[in-house]
Amino acid sequence: MAERKPIKGITKERTEKLIEETLAVLPEKAQKRRAPHLGANEPGASSCAVKSNKKVVPGVMSQRGCAYAGAKGVVWGPIRDVVHVSHGPIGCGVYSWGTRRNLMQGIPGVTSFPLDFTSDFQERDIVYGGDIKLEKLLREADELFPLNKGLSVLSECPVGLIGDDINAVTKKMEKELGKFVIPCNCEGFRGVSQSLGHHISNDSIRDHVIGKRGFKEETGPYDVALIGDYNIGGDVWAAIPILEEIGLNVKATWTGDGEIEKIAATNAVKLNLIHCYRSMNYMCKVMEEKWGIPWLEYNFFGPTKIEESLRAIAERFDDKIKKNVEKVIKKYKPMMQAVLDEYKPRLEGKTAMLFVGGLRPRHTVGAYEDLGIQITGTGYEFAHQDDYDRTSPEMAKGTLIYDDVSEFELEKFVEEFKPDLVGSGIKEKYVFQKAGVPFRQLHSWDYSGPYHGYNGFKIFARDIDMAINSPTWDLVKAPF
Amino acid sequence: MSDVAVRPLTEHSPEEIERVKNWINTEEYQEKNFAREALVINPAHACQPLGAQMVAHGFEGALPFVHGSQGCASYFRSTFSRHFREPASATSDAMTEDGAVFGGQNNLFEGLENAYTVYKPKMIPVYTTCMPEVIGDDLTAFIRNAKQKELIPEDLPTPYANTPSFNGTHIHGYDSMLLAILQNLTEGKKVEGRCTGKLNLIPGFDGNTGNLREYKKYLEMMDIPYTMLADITDVFDSVCDGTYRMYAGGTSLEEAADSINGKATISLMKYCSPHTMKWIDSEYSGEKAVLPLPMGIRKTDAFLMKLSELFDKPIPEELKTERGRAVDAMTDAHQYIHGKKFAVAGDPDYLLGIVSFLLEMGAIPYHIICSRSTKKFQKELQALLDTSPLYGSQGSIYINRDLWHLRSLCMTDPVDGIIGDTHCKWVARDAKIPHFRIGFPIMDRVNTHRTPVIGYQGTINFLTLIVNKFLDIVDETCEDQWFEMMR
Repeated sequence: MAERKPIKGITKERTEKLIEETLAVLPEKAQKRRAPHLGANEPGASSCAVKSNKKVVPGVMSQRGCAYAGAKGVVWGPIRDVVHVSHGPIGCGVYSWGTRRNLMQGIPGVTSFPLDFTSDFQERDIVYGGDIKLEKLLREADELFPLNKGLSVLSECPVGLIGDDINAVTKKMEKELGKFVIPCNCEGFRGVSQSLGHHISNDSIRDHVIGKRGFKEETGPYDVALIGDYNIGGDVWAAIPILEEIGLNVKATWTGDGEIEKIAATNAVKLNLIHCYRSMNYMCKVMEEKWGIPWLEYNFFGPTKIEESLRAIAERFDDKIKKNVEKVIKKYKPMMQAVLDEYKPRLEGKTAMLFVGGLRPRHTVGAYEDLGIQITGTGYEFAHQDDYDRTSPEMAKGTLIYDDVSEFELEKFVEEFKPDLVGSGIKEKYVFQKAGVPFRQLHSWDYSGPYHGYNGFKIFARDIDMAINSPTWDLVKAPF
Repeated sequence: MSDVAVRPLTEHSPEEIERVKNWINTEEYQEKNFAREALVINPAHACQPLGAQMVAHGFEGALPFVHGSQGCASYFRSTFSRHFREPASATSDAMTEDGAVFGGQNNLFEGLENAYTVYKPKMIPVYTTCMPEVIGDDLTAFIRNAKQKELIPEDLPTPYANTPSFNGTHIHGYDSMLLAILQNLTEGKKVEGRCTGKLNLIPGFDGNTGNLREYKKYLEMMDIPYTMLADITDVFDSVCDGTYRMYAGGTSLEEAADSINGKATISLMKYCSPHTMKWIDSEYSGEKAVLPLPMGIRKTDAFLMKLSELFDKPIPEELKTERGRAVDAMTDAHQYIHGKKFAVAGDPDYLLGIVSFLLEMGAIPYHIICSRSTKKFQKELQALLDTSPLYGSQGSIYINRDLWHLRSLCMTDPVDGIIGDTHCKWVARDAKIPHFRIGFPIMDRVNTHRTPVIGYQGTINFLTLIVNKFLDIVDETCEDQWFEMMR
């Protein structure tokens, strides 16, 4: 991949000076802890110098969530035919109810369960333990929602602290109910971010789900699974048609609009296609080691990356798929050109800064660039070294890379770099909009979407254009 | 993995799906649903620290500080930002596994020092998540030690509240945090014989900044000086003018400290401030009154008359005119809402207000759900229903029942509309009835928090919302021959 052209005004020196000035406000110890997490990009370096996946520095206002958020919100919650039980006090389940936009098919309460199921722990449950309550609760849930294909138990902080044994309960209940009953020890205090919640969830899929079901039909040569797409704003529904159009057969989606039994049978596919590497690489590696299923990272944001990805996917298959891929690319070219013709003239030369979870800070760069927007800074809430290593080549030299950025840091960075757009989350959104900086939520697609695939790019381009060019920004300063 | 354990994929037949789809709407299902003992489905309440954070935001220069897991802080902040579409800056000391083993003192030390240094707050209200509550962290000692070690200034107010999530709801956290802040700020500030001449007004856990502005309007019209405890209006309804202000408003700490010498104290949501009011009763000078949330005409009348009585000021003619306009709106529109049945869900104080308004309109509060409250509240609400033999007697109150119970009720015994926060939208959709959004949180409509629903103007607003929606439905769904110019 060719190195990015330098961005006007962005130099290593300027970036490093900015980092130094920003950190200066912190007490010495906190400065030392934060400094390794901020850096100027060196695209040629063998490894990204920015450190990651370390504990949050207390008090600085990190934007991170917890392991439970990673388990319930990210990995488990999107599986549509499972009753997901938030096991513990009331709050966690309420706050994560319907707030991620992982859309699902089905009849709510009948065949799909976008509801908040909780054991609503009270003082007595803390004192006497919640195992008996959990057992009863699972029975009640199965009786009231008989078409569920399984139940998951997602532990909140107190469960692990009081020494409950949810694994024993779920084992017993799986036998009794004759369907998946899956424990997930994702207490919020575990690990340093959502990321461990993803890992723990992957492990619970490994230990309790994968390989336990089989597709009725024999594996075909074009069978694939879609991994790490959570169907935010309908992303899965924009991705699957492209894969089908090139002749592939999508047997399961992990986990957006997912079905637990298909997930359990995924070990029969020929290739795993992974979008969000951070949250699901673990299970790809397990399936590779155990069943020899290869996996491939792909990127469905923006036409450049879609084409690159489709061609890389085609390489794994025969000439039929290769031909199809070229046909599909050719077919969508005029549509993509029309999008660029409409929006690029209004966006060319603009800059943006990003701060999202574990994938989009690098995966969306190409889509912005397709529109003529350059990314001057990017970073992750909960990525690891391998994510940063994948990020560095996508960014121009000297651009700002920030890990687990805290509120004051990002504010200062944006103030200095003055991007035309900030793409981040709900907690950051209004901070920047008050300052008159256009903003899009990049976790939830700001209640829009899908952004994946060809159809998604049309919507992405429209949304970015309306954010940056909304006439409302011209009213921010009063004329008097 | 041996192949023996592998089972084929299962599929439900369309007939089976159809059967269950119909079954969950039946009385048989309702019976099973109400027999639940362990499982809670779609509750209409949140946990204590959320309420604590709302109070903390309402003081000038205050940086809400979560002692416990960082994920909780992110959930609270996101919830406020989704509802108000405003920043909700709060921090946490990010306790993790080692904190669970050794206690959270080191996290608190580092967190307080960093938060103070970076964000320069005037006050750091501290509240807890379940984690330190389960392991039994001693906040009194921890905070004292932090000051002894000079990590934060000795004179920085650091009120703290224990807000375990496994006890009560967000309204109890509101109470505990407010009490802690007032105890902290007023310590040593009571001056015998001094009277500020001001009213202390405690609005309670109210996600409607328009309501708070409406209270201020009344007090200004009546020329009554006041201190709102706590005032979230400018924090959660702040301007967009090109400058982000982390501390965008809130009650000044000096005023809050002096509130102990006030002329009178009124709490407008009794279930949000019982402990605070009990303490104020014994410590504050001046008169004290606990009044219901002034929704509808009578409760607004009572509020204004109480103000008039406490401050010996007449209710201005303008307000009498405003009342008259509200009553005019109600008489004009009564025909569209009279006799209509409503399902209502929410916090206790809001429920009392909504029910009161419905009864005034001749509407029927039919299924009333409070997903966590007490027998005492149930009795109070029942007494309110009993005041109206014609409309109130048809209502049933369900305490500690959730929105999945409410769904059953609405399917087996239908109503015309549902009133409650965003979470009620699922019931509304299944029951094919309109949903009138009121309460907290409202995450799917704009500017609801800016539109007051209390007082005379609020009564007009709420009435307009309901009636026009019913009229929209008529226009959108009626057959051609019933489509008319006038309604």
